[in-house]
Amino acid sequence: MSVVKKTMPAEKEASVTLPWTRMAEGGLVPRGGTAASVRTGAWRTGQMPVLDLEACIHCLRCWIWCPDSAVLLDGEKVSGIDYDHCKGCGICAQVCPPKVHAIQMVAEEVEG
Amino acid sequence: MGDSTHMPAGRRRTTMTGAEATAEAMRQIHPDVVAAYPITPQTDIVMRFARFVSDGVVQTEFVPVESEHSAISAVLGASAAGARAMTATSGPGFALMHEILYVVAGYRLPVVMPVANRALSGPINIHGDHSDTMGSRDAGWIQIFSENAQEAYDNLIQAVRIAEHPSVRLPVMVTQDGFIITHGMEIVETLADEEVRQFVGTYEPERSLLDVDHPMTVGALALQNSYFELKRQLAEAMAASRRIIADVGEAFGRLSGRYYGLTESYRMEDAELAILALGSTAGTAKVVVDELRARGQKVGLVKVRVFRPFPAAHLRDLLRHVRALAVLDRSDGYAGMGGPVFAEVKAALYGLPQGPVITNYVYGLGGRDITPEMIESVYADLGELARRASKEPERVVAEAALTPHYLGVREPDGALISALGALQLNGER
Repeated sequence: MSVVKKTMPAEKEASVTLPWTRMAEGGLVPRGGTAASVRTGAWRTGQMPVLDLEACIHCLRCWIWCPDSAVLLDGEKVSGIDYDHCKGCGICAQVCPPKVHAIQMVAEEVEG
Repeated sequence: MGDSTHMPAGRRRTTMTGAEATAEAMRQIHPDVVAAYPITPQTDIVMRFARFVSDGVVQTEFVPVESEHSAISAVLGASAAGARAMTATSGPGFALMHEILYVVAGYRLPVVMPVANRALSGPINIHGDHSDTMGSRDAGWIQIFSENAQEAYDNLIQAVRIAEHPSVRLPVMVTQDGFIITHGMEIVETLADEEVRQFVGTYEPERSLLDVDHPMTVGALALQNSYFELKRQLAEAMAASRRIIADVGEAFGRLSGRYYGLTESYRMEDAELAILALGSTAGTAKVVVDELRARGQKVGLVKVRVFRPFPAAHLRDLLRHVRALAVLDRSDGYAGMGGPVFAEVKAALYGLPQGPVITNYVYGLGGRDITPEMIESVYADLGELARRASKEPERVVAEAALTPHYLGVREPDGALISALGALQLNGER
């Protein structure tokens, strides 16, 4: 398995430049869907899951267990992994049935 | 108790315990959600309120939880959802809330909580002192101390309006001395239900987690790039709340005839010797002040009603011309330098070109009585302290400020009352 290279996307945080007088009271985030825009995949260190769709039987165990909702579905079938939000914990590879073995954790290098 | 006595009521003047008066205030405030866990001496407050719920006198959602940590957490969630939410606690239960107290304040949720002040063990003790709430004095909650059952009632109603004020939005705890106030029977004048309803108003939260058309996140991660700014906001809101607390105290006075400020000064106009105290002890001290004034002594009392935010500027004005001041602490800091109120009063008066020589008395731990005789002995000590300070100011000021006295503890020489022992009681009592 080849080493995959990725670039880390910078987290978008507009509030980082706001003075205390202009920040939302109590740290409230006054809109929805903000979890999607924070790329927690940037926290991934060392290992990333790689999915073999040829081997996958679409049992969805990885989808159920992923703590970050980072396993992508197309209808009722696994279609890929959302690397922007995958923290590389490896649970998906652990719960993938041993006879199927469709997910492998591989070493990952960070560019830049 | 049936609900017939709690049909919409007009003003009443009747005997009540502090716990009963507090439950009555809660009934009239009619919060949306109350979550609580019983602990002595708070139990009587929530027990009475739970009865209002079960009798259908109030439509409050009552959440019986399995610990105080859960009680304050449930109230936090309810408040974030847009509810007017309350809980009540005491001593070790309050301590168990410590972690979440910071979260409630940090999210700027206007939760209101009566606290029956109780000692923190060990050894085990269920009686009243201030070591519980002093332990969380820097959690970001407004802290209002009550002198008696009437004030416990009055303060709780004001707390709702203070907490929810748009330029405050901070949680408020209203304390009353455990057993001394919670279980002591006094005459209390309650407002009419309709008057309380109008005074606290209808709670219209600016935002609600239940408002699905305006989704939001409460409790997001705030790390090095934003946490500090949010805490600065909290500090500014706390400072700004001084004006709001005073305004609400004034408005409450117009309604009830009972006016409230951050501090209360009792016969301080020309006072040379003063005691500063919180809670029920202030009431005891007033009796002593009257008696000593009748004998021509220039003594006075400063009651700190609002401990957070600390009324530093008020105290500088009030105490500038006093010769000697005793700060009474119903909890110890165990720092070898006296209690927490003492440290803060000294800090507040720092740099005054002329100010009092200040000394400290730790008293009443674990519910130990403080008697008028003990307070009289403190005034006697202060007279002696002022005389000595006029001769050798630097040495006396330093000694007084660095040495706490223990008032009412059994000493080996048999002295029980006056720690300084400068003057004996005159035996007139």
